[in-house]
Amino acid sequence: MTVSQLAETLSLRIVQDQFEDRHVGGAYTSDLLSDVMANAAEADLLITIQSHANTVAVASLVGAAAILICNDRPVPEDMIAAAAREEIAILISSESQFTLSGRIYALLNGLHPTA
Amino acid sequence: MSVLPQIPIDTDKSSPIIVELVYRLKVRNVMTGTVHSCTAEDSMRSVQRIMREEGMSGMPVLDGERLIGIVSMDDVIRALDEGRIDESVSDWMTRNVIVLEDDMPLSFAISHMEKYRFGRFPVLDTQKRLVGIITSRDVLIALLVEINREIERYEKQAVADDGGADGFRLETTTRRFDFETAGRVSTETKKMLKERGLPPRLVRRVAVAGYELEMNQVVHSVGGTVEIRYCVADGTIEITAVDNGPGIPDVEAALTEGFSTATEWVRSLGFGAGMGLPNVRRVSDEFHIESDETGTRVRAVIHTQTEKQTDTPSDGGAS
Repeated sequence: MTVSQLAETLSLRIVQDQFEDRHVGGAYTSDLLSDVMANAAEADLLITIQSHANTVAVASLVGAAAILICNDRPVPEDMIAAAAREEIAILISSESQFTLSGRIYALLNGLHPTA
Repeated sequence: MSVLPQIPIDTDKSSPIIVELVYRLKVRNVMTGTVHSCTAEDSMRSVQRIMREEGMSGMPVLDGERLIGIVSMDDVIRALDEGRIDESVSDWMTRNVIVLEDDMPLSFAISHMEKYRFGRFPVLDTQKRLVGIITSRDVLIALLVEINREIERYEKQAVADDGGADGFRLETTTRRFDFETAGRVSTETKKMLKERGLPPRLVRRVAVAGYELEMNQVVHSVGGTVEIRYCVADGTIEITAVDNGPGIPDVEAALTEGFSTATEWVRSLGFGAGMGLPNVRRVSDEFHIESDETGTRVRAVIHTQTEKQTDTPSDGGAS
C-alpha cells in the first residue's frame, strides 16, 4: 500500500503534497524523536504529535515513508517546506495516536476492526 | 668536544607544522633514557671501552647522583693520541656542562645545539637527577618519525577531502536552542553516502549518530561544531563533536538510557529523552567521550567494511 492509498482509505488529509508516493511497510508511533531514530524501520509511517521541522529531519534520516500528525496539531510552514525538500508527505488527522495506530495496524495487516 | 652539523630547523620561522612539532615534543620524548655514566676516577680507557661497546659518543660523569661533567669521544681520541689513555676522566672531562630539563620543549634542545655547538646534552629532571642524554641524532630521528606521521595524516586527510575519491568532510556549527539549522550536516551526509552506494543500514547509523550529536549540542551546550569525515582509504566514517561547554557533570549517567537533564520545553519537542548518547554509542563501532567544564568532545567511528550486527530496529534499542 502506498502513502496516497493509505491516506485515501483512512480519510487522512494530505497537507504537504510534493512527495514520493512510497510503499508503506509498517508504522511507528512515538513522540520521542530519539526513540524514533533508534527504533523506527525504513518505510514506516511515522505517527506522532511532534509537529515541527525536526520531525522531518528524523523521518528522513530513518527513511520513513511519510509523517502522520495526530490530534489536528497545526503544522508550521517551515515543517511543510522541509518536507517538500525531502519529498516526504505530511498527513494529518483529528484522531489520536492510539486510534490511528489501531486503524493503520488493522489496515496494513488485513484485519477488519469493528469500530 | 666535537662540533657536529647543526639541525637545519629554524624554531621560529619554519613551517607551522614543524614549529608546532618542536614545541609539542618534550625533551623526554626524544632523549635516550638509559644512560651509561662514569665517575671522575674512572680511567679514559674504561670510558673508551664502554663507548665502543655501547656505540656512544659521549658520557655523563657523576658524583653519586650529581652530574659533574661530561666526557666525549673526542676527549678519548685526544687522550689516545697523546698516549694518556690511562689517565682518569677528571683530567679530560668538560666541567661546565650545559644541561636540559626533561620537560623542556624540543625547540630548546635544537636552539641549545645551535648556540653551544655541543653534540649532546645531559637531561635532568626537576630534582636535578640525570635521566637521559640527548644528541643531535636523537633529535633528527624523532623529527623524522614525527614528520612521517604528520605527512601520513595529511595524505589521509587529502584523500578524505578529495571528492573525486568519494571521500568528503562536512562541518557544521551549532548554537544553543537553534533547532532550525541543527541536523543539516547529518541530512547532507546521508544524501552523500546514499549517492555513493553505501548500504542503507550503514547510512542510517551514520545519520543517527550525527543527528543525535548535533541535537545534543543544541540542547545541552552553548554550541559547538560537528564534523563528519568519510575516509575511503581507511573505510571509516568519523564523527567528531566538540562543544564549548558547560560539560557533562556525570558522563556515565549521560550514557545511561533514560537519564536526561533536558528542560520541559526541550522535551516537549521530542528531544531530551535521555536516548541521545546511548543511541550514538549503540550505532558506532568506536565511541569515545570526554567532558569537562570547557566542553564535551565525542568521537564516533563507523566502519564501512564490516557491518555492525546490533543496529536492527527490532532489537529495542538496547545498548
